[in-house]
Formats: sequence, C-alpha cells, structure tokens
Amino acid sequence: MLDGLLYGAGDAVIGINPASDSLPAITALLQLIDGFRQQYEVPTQSCVLTHVTNTLRAIEKGAPVDLVFQSIGGTEAVNASFGVTAAILEEAMQAARGLARGTVGDNVMYFETGQGSALSANGHHGADQQTLEARAYGLARRYQPLLVNTVVGFIGPEYLYDGKQIIRAGLEDHFCGKLLGLPMGCDICYTNHAEADQDDMDTLLTLLGVAGINFIIGVPGADDIMLNYQSTSFHDALYLRRVLNRRRAPEFEEWLERMGIADYRGELIAQTEQQPLLALAGLEDTRRG
Amino acid sequence: MAEKPLARGAGLITPDPWTRLQSLTRARIALGRRGASLPTREVLAFGLSHAQARDAVHQPLDVAALACGFHAAGYLTRTVTSQAADRGVYLRRPDWGRRLAEASAQQLQTWPAPPGRLVFVIGDGLSSLATQRHSLPLLEALAAYFPDLHACPVVIATQARVALGDEVGQLLGADMVVVLIGERPGLSSPDSLGIYLTGQPRVGLTDAARNCISNVRPEGLPYAEAARKLAFLIAGARQLGRTGVDLKDDSDERLPGERPEPFLLSAAF
Repeated sequence: MLDGLLYGAGDAVIGINPASDSLPAITALLQLIDGFRQQYEVPTQSCVLTHVTNTLRAIEKGAPVDLVFQSIGGTEAVNASFGVTAAILEEAMQAARGLARGTVGDNVMYFETGQGSALSANGHHGADQQTLEARAYGLARRYQPLLVNTVVGFIGPEYLYDGKQIIRAGLEDHFCGKLLGLPMGCDICYTNHAEADQDDMDTLLTLLGVAGINFIIGVPGADDIMLNYQSTSFHDALYLRRVLNRRRAPEFEEWLERMGIADYRGELIAQTEQQPLLALAGLEDTRRG
Repeated sequence: MAEKPLARGAGLITPDPWTRLQSLTRARIALGRRGASLPTREVLAFGLSHAQARDAVHQPLDVAALACGFHAAGYLTRTVTSQAADRGVYLRRPDWGRRLAEASAQQLQTWPAPPGRLVFVIGDGLSSLATQRHSLPLLEALAAYFPDLHACPVVIATQARVALGDEVGQLLGADMVVVLIGERPGLSSPDSLGIYLTGQPRVGLTDAARNCISNVRPEGLPYAEAARKLAFLIAGARQLGRTGVDLKDDSDERLPGERPEPFLLSAAF
C-alpha cells in the first residue's frame, strides 16, 4: 500500500486480495486500511476482495466497508458458480449504502469480470465469451458500480491463448463497457501458463490509455504474489500518465502534493526517510537502531 | 561540492527509501526508478523470474518418487491420469483435465481400498514443484488432527484440475474429497500448493461447492497453519452437512494469541 501511494497510485481504490477469507482476517484488514486512510486523510476508498457474503457479514459486524467486491459473469449459471444471485448483490448494495460512508455519490459496488468465466464454470450455453462478458456488464449496471474491472488475461490460455488474444479481448471489453456507460477499467494481465509476456502488457496498456480507459490495476513491480499472475506496475501507470498527460483524481492529486509525494504537475518527488507515510512503517526507528 | 564517482548507475536511479520493508514481503517493492521507469536491473530480474515460472508449468511430476514417499509414510496410493494426454492439451482443454482417463476410472472402481469418508487426491495442477515438495508434509501435519489419517486412500493424479477430485471421490464413495494441487506459479512463488475441500463429491460440481486454502508453502501459509485450517473446515463441513460458500473459515476467530483447543477427528468413520 505504501509502495503504491508513494508512486502516486490509489486514487480509485486501495484493494487487498486476502490470503484468507476468514471473517476476522477480513475485518482486521478493513480496519487497518481504514485507520490509515482516516489518519492521513487519503481521499480514496478501500476494499478487501472477498466473496459478497463475507462482506455482508463484515458489515453486520460493524466493519468499515467502503466498497463491496464481487466477481460476476454473464449467465445465471456462472453467477451460481460464484455463489451469487441478483438478490444477494442487491442486499449487499443496500447494506453498504446503509453505512453512508461515501462523501460523493452512492456508488458502492466493485465488480470484476473476464472473458471465459462462463466457459470455466460450464455455464456458457454455447455462446461466445465476448457476448457473455457484455452480459456481465449489463448485470453490473443494475447496481451503479464505482468500478467495473475486466481482469483480462487472468483465467488462462484455455480462453485467451496468447498475448495477441489478450490484447484483443482487453480492447473488446473496454469497448463494450463504454457502450454500456460503465466506469470500466482493466487489470492488464497474464498468467505464466499463457504465451504472453510483459511486452504484450505494455502494448495493451498503451492501447487502452489511448482508448480512454478509466482506471488500471497496479501492483508492486507488476508481480501479484498472492494470485500468481502478472499485471502492471506503478511505474507503468506513471509512464502512461506522462505520455498521454492523464491526471489523477483532483482531490488525490492535491493530497499527493500536500504529502510531498508529487509536485503540481503530478511528477513524483524523490523521497527521504522523513516522508510522513514511512513513519507509519517504523522505518525511522530501525534506522536509528 | 565534489562529485561522487559514478558506479553502477549511481546518480541515475532515484532510490526508494523504504527498502527495509522488503524484508517483510516477497512483493517487488521499493524498486527505485529512473524518471518514471523501472531500473534495468529490475527489468532483467523480472525476465528471469518469468522464465523460471514458465519452466515450473512444464516440468512433469515425478510420480514414482512421490508415491514412494507416501508409501514410506504408510499411505495406500493409486496413480491416475486425466483425459488430457500431455501438457499442451492440458493447458488448452481444462475440461479434459477434470475427467479421469477411461483406464484410470476402471482401475479406481476395482481398488479394494477401504471406502473412507475422506479421500485425498494429490494432483500436479500447474506446478508439479509444489505438489512434489509440499503434499506429503502437509498430510503429515494434518495427521495431528486425524489419528487414523493413514487409512485414507491417496490418489496421485497427473494432468489434473481441481474438479478431477469430484470423479475420484465419487468412484471411491467418499463423503469428502481433499484435493492438494499445484497452483499456477507466480514470479515469486513457483511452488504454491492449493487445498480444495469438496463434500459429497460427484461429477459436475462447481467451485461454489468447494472451500479453498491457498498459497501453502513454508514461505506462505506454513504446513501446520494450513493443516489447522483444513481440519477446522472438515469439522465445520461435517457439522453443516456441506462444503462451499455456506461454510466459512472462522478458524481465526480464537486468535490472536491463544492457541485453539486441540481437537481430534476421525477420517474413516
């Protein structure tokens, strides 16, 4: 989280993929990020990416939930395989809105999708995966989400075999999301069993940037050590911002400037150990010790 | 002010003053930057890791060595294969990796193993390295909760997906099947083992019917912790009468600090 913020990332959401879906672990993580966010007045929202029913239980126990995460698909069968129904999503959305944590708007849902999920769950009814992906966006739209993220190369080579197919699917998803008026973003990614590499991701990153992508997922050094796949790095996002002159959310930009992380142009400032965010990690103590 | 001599790109790279945090995680943090870009050494290190992870996907499971280890520990094993004939087909056709080859199915039907409530499937999945290294130590850690664990049938499966366990469990008449399988390798973890628990296994179940414990390896979730979680889930599943999204992993409820009450379960009755 610190690595990302100090690289100027995180204006859409700070998300954690938990290694455990246990309620105490999830609640502890939610409280950890929320405490940090409040202390440093970071203008963003947080999310622990766990099953919607876990988030519902966390809300019931009073956990600070900004966004409700859920993977969704384009048929009832694939959603059943994810253990969700339209009614559960509705219930979760109402529960999160009930917390009234947002300062602007009441968009409390964060959905993830990806071509091939229906086939993976044997719930495709013979339809092609792009059509089913677009249907998932239709479902997402019912809940006025803050973020819809296509995790494009996540599932693997049985659905998108190589870099070329992943690039095409990423653009298709972005296009369909735009048509449906969704706040569409992309986790530009691939797995180690696909015929793809980081050069392909650089290409897709640039193409999506030019096409006006709303957000991209960043992980430290492009290496997701929890889910074992490669995405884009915080450095990659900096490249895209610089080349295409894409600014961060205004309130986040102001915060970065206030914290001495970026200058008025949005360019990163070289950091020292006196950076207040690093005090959080106790670095000063270890330096003296 | 005197200029320092330039050595190894010194002065070119803007360092990140939080490199000490690297000792807490295997994530690629505090990499430094040149302008907005990664330093060349990080690009090269990433490329090397990627090549190693690609190798882990394609390295075959040493079935003979693994079976030997399980026998020595006192387990009864059988070896099966899925309908995917080789790695290339396996990667392209996950559906074939979920079903047993005809010969393997027949072999299991005639296995005179005691029908256990609990059956273990040890699959190569996407990292044979994980299965080779961690499957037996994990089972031995689980034996602390199940005094009769060694009576459980152990089926070693190649070109296997998680759902292959459904067919194996069904053929062996199991109440529950535990699949230990190599997770797809990451750049920093080529040997993560995944555990999938499925109640009333039968062909056609989806992942909503399972519970998963992931990233089992000494640098991730250690054997003892993973075994405790698994024992907890098995006990919970027996109480609830099913596995899947309704069964929650509340094994951390008693944390922090105190050790949970030790509990013993029966595998075979």
